[in-house]
Amino acid sequence: GPGGGAALENANPLIYRRSGERPVTAREEDDELPDIIDDREIFDMSVQLRSAFLNPTHLIRSINDPEHPLTLEELNVVEQVRVKVNDAESTVTVEFTPTIPHCSMATLIGLSIKVKLIRSLPERFKLDVHITPGTHVSEHAVNKQLADKERVAAALENSHLLEVVNQCLSARS
Amino acid sequence: GLKDGSWAVLQLVEALGFCLENTDPRVRGRGMQLLSQVLLECYSVLQEKEVLHLVLFYENRLQDHHLVIPSVLQGLRALSMCEVLSPGLAVSVLKAIFQEVHVQSLLQLDRHTVYSIITNFMGTREEELKGLGADFTFGFIQVMDGEKDPRNLLVAFQIVRDLIAKNYALGPFVEELFEVTSCYFPIDFTPPPNDPHGIQREDLILSLRAVLASTPQFAEFLLPLLIEKMDSDLQSAKLDALQTLTACCAIYGQKELQEFLPSLWSSLRREVFQTASEKVEAESLAALHALSACLSCSVLSSDTEDLLDSFLSSILQDCRHHLCEPDMKLVWPSAKILQAAAGASLRACHHITCSVLPLLLEQYTKHPQSSQRRTILEMLLGFLELQQKWGHVEEEESTLLSLQAPVCSVVFSALTDPSVQLQLVGIRALTVLGSLRGFLSPSDLELVVDHLIRLALCEEDSQSSEAAMEAAGSLAPIYPKVFSGRMVPRLEEELQSEQEEESSRDRCSLRQRCLQALAAVSTHTSIVRETVPVLLQHLRKVQKGSEAGSAQDIISVCQSLHRVALRCQQDAESCWYYHQAVVPCLLAMAVQAAMQESTHPPLRKALLQEEVLAAMVPVISAATTHLSPELAAQSVSHVVPLFLNGEVSFLPQNSFPCSFQPFQDGECLEAQRRLVALLMAFVCSLPRNVAIPQQEWLLRELLALSCSCNCPFTATTAAKCFAGLVNKHPAGQQLDEILQLAVNRIEPGLAEGPHRTQALTLLLWVTKALVLRYHPLSSHLTDKLLGLLSDTELGAAAADGFSLLMAESPDVLHKGCHADVRIMFRQRFFTDNVPKLVQGFHGAGPDVKANYLKGLSHVLNHLPNPVLVTELPTLLSLLLEALSCSDRVVQLSTLSCLQPLLLEAPQIMSLHVDTLVTKFLSLASSPTMAVRIAALRCANALTSLPTIVLLPYKARVIRALAKPLDDKKRLVRKEAVAARGEWFLLGSPGR
Repeated sequence: GPGGGAALENANPLIYRRSGERPVTAREEDDELPDIIDDREIFDMSVQLRSAFLNPTHLIRSINDPEHPLTLEELNVVEQVRVKVNDAESTVTVEFTPTIPHCSMATLIGLSIKVKLIRSLPERFKLDVHITPGTHVSEHAVNKQLADKERVAAALENSHLLEVVNQCLSARS
Repeated sequence: GLKDGSWAVLQLVEALGFCLENTDPRVRGRGMQLLSQVLLECYSVLQEKEVLHLVLFYENRLQDHHLVIPSVLQGLRALSMCEVLSPGLAVSVLKAIFQEVHVQSLLQLDRHTVYSIITNFMGTREEELKGLGADFTFGFIQVMDGEKDPRNLLVAFQIVRDLIAKNYALGPFVEELFEVTSCYFPIDFTPPPNDPHGIQREDLILSLRAVLASTPQFAEFLLPLLIEKMDSDLQSAKLDALQTLTACCAIYGQKELQEFLPSLWSSLRREVFQTASEKVEAESLAALHALSACLSCSVLSSDTEDLLDSFLSSILQDCRHHLCEPDMKLVWPSAKILQAAAGASLRACHHITCSVLPLLLEQYTKHPQSSQRRTILEMLLGFLELQQKWGHVEEEESTLLSLQAPVCSVVFSALTDPSVQLQLVGIRALTVLGSLRGFLSPSDLELVVDHLIRLALCEEDSQSSEAAMEAAGSLAPIYPKVFSGRMVPRLEEELQSEQEEESSRDRCSLRQRCLQALAAVSTHTSIVRETVPVLLQHLRKVQKGSEAGSAQDIISVCQSLHRVALRCQQDAESCWYYHQAVVPCLLAMAVQAAMQESTHPPLRKALLQEEVLAAMVPVISAATTHLSPELAAQSVSHVVPLFLNGEVSFLPQNSFPCSFQPFQDGECLEAQRRLVALLMAFVCSLPRNVAIPQQEWLLRELLALSCSCNCPFTATTAAKCFAGLVNKHPAGQQLDEILQLAVNRIEPGLAEGPHRTQALTLLLWVTKALVLRYHPLSSHLTDKLLGLLSDTELGAAAADGFSLLMAESPDVLHKGCHADVRIMFRQRFFTDNVPKLVQGFHGAGPDVKANYLKGLSHVLNHLPNPVLVTELPTLLSLLLEALSCSDRVVQLSTLSCLQPLLLEAPQIMSLHVDTLVTKFLSLASSPTMAVRIAALRCANALTSLPTIVLLPYKARVIRALAKPLDDKKRLVRKEAVAARGEWFLLGSPGR
């Protein structure tokens, strides 16, 4: 098939179960009581991302069926324990873990998470998205790019890059 | 003239002679055309002799000019339908066609005629055609070779199928016949738009598949083709190849498959391991299943080797080791492959489980992590379920039996694992093991029941507890003795124990669990007879209690009783047992409590609280709906006199302090009147053909009560009961009289006095009863209701009443309680009344306009979506106006009407984009959470409008949606995130 010549990055990756929809509590349905923004909420925002390019098996999967790539959660790229939010101080920290230490998509994954959160969080929040320490060979270089506002902004001006990022933000894909 | 015999056909030929022999081919053509059309009209009256002459004539004409040929073929088609065709003529016609006509150079219609001639002859002259031997087959191959038209292909494929199915001689032409059909595989055809012939791609696929999979003789040619197509890049080709392979396996044997098994297996393995498409995976597994089944069933000659074993061994070799890596992606595809192969036959199942079960048991012990164990146990479960399929197997053959001890220990260990997910799989496994007859020993079974009791009552996680109850419910009918002897007494004991050392909250939830478990395990007649008395006994106990919680306790018991009632409905005997045990008991308890209240008020008995009575309604109703008419009649002869005459003798307890007179006036009888709810539950659930004694009297009493009672609960209940009876009342003078009586009550009641609300409630329920059955009076009552919308006092309540009219009511007037409900009543109500609502809106004063909008939105909200989408555009301007209405019920229902419309009629909605954007954004900051959520959903749905229309608003919407991102309610934020995300994507690359 197409892409058959290329070496597979990780053809039989570890997969994880999805935690399922967050159940709605009675408190959440109460009109009066405020709900703080918590870790799970940020986690849910970040893991909805799914796209063929994020998927290390894309060489064999994306071509046949781009409709059902795995989510970041199923690949364990984002875990709830690595998401920290402080609503009162308006800070959010997300650590993500590339599936393999030399994953070439790490920057794009980070960028997608960052864009998704920028679009989904109130402006008051200060965002920090970085690689889980010790899980990627170019950890520092990637983190530096993700922390650099100008570079993130510039990346989003790049229409090719934006296309790839948008693809994985699109709920309809 | 030919038909009535006044003309002979040969006379006609002679008369046409001039034409038929004309030198101009066009004139000859017209002559032939006329003759052929005559023949098509009257082929059935021709004589054998005439037919003979005509056939010879027509055969001869086949050599004529090409302009004449179409008509010649039509004539031959007419003749091919003659019953009196002499022997030998069919063969001669076909020979002539094969020889003289180059079919593929004809037009589509004429080719179709040739196929029809062949089909006709095959239908009537089978023996003759077979006499032609393989020449016939060869002739046909030449006829269809190169056919392109889908209509003709369908006929041609059918002919090939018949050739094969009816054993025509194929001779040396098997490969040619295969080539001439398989060249269309896989079918690549998309019907043109507005195709009048209606041929779908699927028709051709199925028709061709039926040809290809019709004979093992094709196998040597077909299998390599299928293997090649499985490797195709086109998913449709892959699927077709897989499905065709599955179809072939139904008729192939080991002989046909032998040579190709290794390549088939490697293709199928590749598809399952590598595809991301569930469909391809499912079809590959189906093909594998079929292959395994085919090999299992082949009849072998004594000297051939059985290939099933070696085939399964190669599957095991490639898949087995993946089962040992429960974290890796290939573990599930491998398990599915093995299960597909094993599910094909008992032998295959035996072969595979022999190898896999011990491996999985060993892996379970090797992997200590709960998540890994869960995967392993889930696979194990899959194999156990296959065993279930083969039912009881002889003991010496069953591998499973030899593994009984380790399987049980693995499953039991899962049940005590802290991981809920693992417990859940363990519980499912338990259900499967329990359904394998003779697998669990009596001592294991007791252990199983103990585990289920523990999980059901003590496990903190509600999922596990619910699963355990469900498992108990499905195992109980298989082992009723064990469950009624071991589980029911344990639950009874728990309910009765009064240990005070535990906190009352724990006790309360334990009691809840016991009640649920009692309901869950009531899946067998004999168990119901144990559980119902326990539940009733507990009910008697809690209703005596005076704590604040006792109302909630009674409601819980009622919920369990209701679940048991639903389980009893299908079995007539259980149903009657339940009815007799429960209904008099509930009535007695309630009557007793109401009398005590009448003599010593105010006790405020928990049993008489409105929500408790409301919980008893579904119990009585479910105990009644499925009664046979005879038994229902028996029961109704007790219950109605109880309420009308105070006849208490049938109640299980006989000492009552005073008389029961719910329909009498008097302050102290207020509590007794409330029990009309129980009467309603019973009498409105009866089958329609059960006569109700003293019905007229009862209706009058209900009518009076509903109009004059000060207690809204009682008045409403009486109105519902009246409506429920009126809905089922046979049409006729009696009904008209009672309805007139009702109208006479309602009209003055509505006009003035202290009971206007009661009159409105009665009007609503009676209107509903009549609207449902299309009664002519319903429009009069609906108009009355429409009139009330402008009433400053009752208008808002009347508007809400439209929701009552349209919605399914839970306790009366629905199909389940045998009410007369026409399926289209909502659409009919819409058509009849929406124009009036719109008109009323325009004419109404500003203070009551909202009532019309509210009424309208209730009607719209209950219409099925497709109807809504077709009808809404006409109402759109009104709806847009409704968005500005300050009533949040109107806002909410308008938003929920608009949302599907945005998705399904984006073009019409585009015209109003400016208003929509503005309104949605402003409603997104409504003080009501539900409105904010609905507005944001609509803002999200807006993105399905054409991008070009939306782009001017993009920046504004994104800016405005930043605010709800910080909403205090999480559910609102979630919608805001979704909507804003979609708006960001508008018009940007990669959407």
